[in-house]
Amino acid sequence: MLKIDNLVVSYGPINALKGISLEVKQGEIVTLIGSNGAGKSTTLSAITGLVRAQSGSIRFLGEDITHAAPHRIISRGISISPEGREVFPALTVHENLRLGAYTRKDKAGIEQAYDRVYDLFPRLKERMGQIAGTLSGGEQQMLAIGRALMSAPRLLLLDEPSMGLAPNLVLMIFELIESINKQGTTILLIEQNANMALSVADRAFVLETGKIAFSGDARTLLQDDRVRSAYLGGKGAQSRRG
Amino acid sequence: MQTLLGAIINGLALGMAYALIAVGYSMVFGVLRLINFSHGSVYAFGAYMVYFFVSLKVGLFPAILIAIVLSGLLALTIDKVALEPLRRKKSIPIATLITTIGMSFIIQNTLSIDYIFGSEKHGFPSLNLFAPIVIGNITIQSSQIIMLVVAVVLLLILTFVVQKTKIGLAMRAVQQNTKAAHMVGVNVNFVISFTFFIGGACAAIAGALIAGYYGIISPSMGSTIGLKAFSAAVVGGIGMLHGAVVGGLVVGVAECLAAQYLGSNVRDPMAFVILILILIIKPTGFFGKKGITKV
Repeated sequence: MLKIDNLVVSYGPINALKGISLEVKQGEIVTLIGSNGAGKSTTLSAITGLVRAQSGSIRFLGEDITHAAPHRIISRGISISPEGREVFPALTVHENLRLGAYTRKDKAGIEQAYDRVYDLFPRLKERMGQIAGTLSGGEQQMLAIGRALMSAPRLLLLDEPSMGLAPNLVLMIFELIESINKQGTTILLIEQNANMALSVADRAFVLETGKIAFSGDARTLLQDDRVRSAYLGGKGAQSRRG
Repeated sequence: MQTLLGAIINGLALGMAYALIAVGYSMVFGVLRLINFSHGSVYAFGAYMVYFFVSLKVGLFPAILIAIVLSGLLALTIDKVALEPLRRKKSIPIATLITTIGMSFIIQNTLSIDYIFGSEKHGFPSLNLFAPIVIGNITIQSSQIIMLVVAVVLLLILTFVVQKTKIGLAMRAVQQNTKAAHMVGVNVNFVISFTFFIGGACAAIAGALIAGYYGIISPSMGSTIGLKAFSAAVVGGIGMLHGAVVGGLVVGVAECLAAQYLGSNVRDPMAFVILILILIIKPTGFFGKKGITKV
């Protein structure tokens, strides 16, 4: 579904991505893990067209979207719940969701999308008319995910959906990710919480300073010593610290 | 009493026309956090286009319509040619600001080239389309009534567009979080162009209304009024439509009162006196909220 080949992205003289390749197949949950500054968010920004790829290619459903404008990419069926939520602070919850469906023209479909999102997040339904900037962090996260679902994406990009949330909410968000996936949306998930990410994902890619260090089946990586030591606070990490 | 009332009516009509110009500053500031100082010259251009097409005998209303479209396109072109390249290069804000001032001089001086319109003043068709209304000692010119009515109607339409339509929602989205607007698939460049077009079109209408009231145009007509409208936008709270309206009315009424009671030399500085007072007392303007910074 999504195929990235040898993607290079630079911010001025700094190479944020030094030629990464990865693939997401229809129906999968794929997670991209790695420490801060490894290039995870940059990867998503490149997919959505917010940063320019210096070289390499990004293909979505067989089409080259490497240099397409963001609004063209979104209307092809990709949507993103960005890091830091990025809600529209002075708009209501409902208006935020309306913007999520900005690229859609089918009125009935948009109504269905509202129903689906309000069904997934009853809390958002209660706060429909509330100004988004006054929501709690958890509610804003729900709004960011809900907004991304409004376009009925084929591929949903989730950037740090659990960041800054209370543990019970984290659990809820991950359950939700699984259920959205079961309803037929392919997901590319970025997480600091590698443990949780690997337990819901089918496959995983590990990014280290702009390169894919290794990749594989998520359950296998969950047991992998290299992953355990670097990202899961496992035995290796403990002994290294000691 | 009558002179007081007369000055206030005068000021309200003029103030609504200022508001029409002020919304252009305000909307562009909203989406780009930029004071577009070329806006006053677009206003002058609008008035000149009406003058030009009237002289071609196309009739006053068709001339105004053509001027509206051309001025909208001029504003949009200023952005595409001079400002967008700077945005793409992520230039410092002051560079863009100075560019808008430069564009203003380029347009103003182009109008005053001898082969084009020349630097002298021209007569402008009067918008006194019907007999003045006389109430007691107060005479209200029909051009003032037209100014007031047209501006109110346009500002209502504009408010409707911003609050109730999809493009309006997109404008508010870009205003609040440009990055997120990109992410939901808003064509941000289109929204910016649309904003410049609407601002330019409103300025042209204001140009026709004000020139039709005074009956005269000159290439530099946009510089003082542009700055007054900018003051109005800041006084009301820049970035907000209703702020521009209230700011325009305050400036309009204040300068007419000043002209009436303190002498006509005091008229033009009034906008800036109010601007300075507001900046000292409430820097965000009447309706401005704190902390509107671009995310």
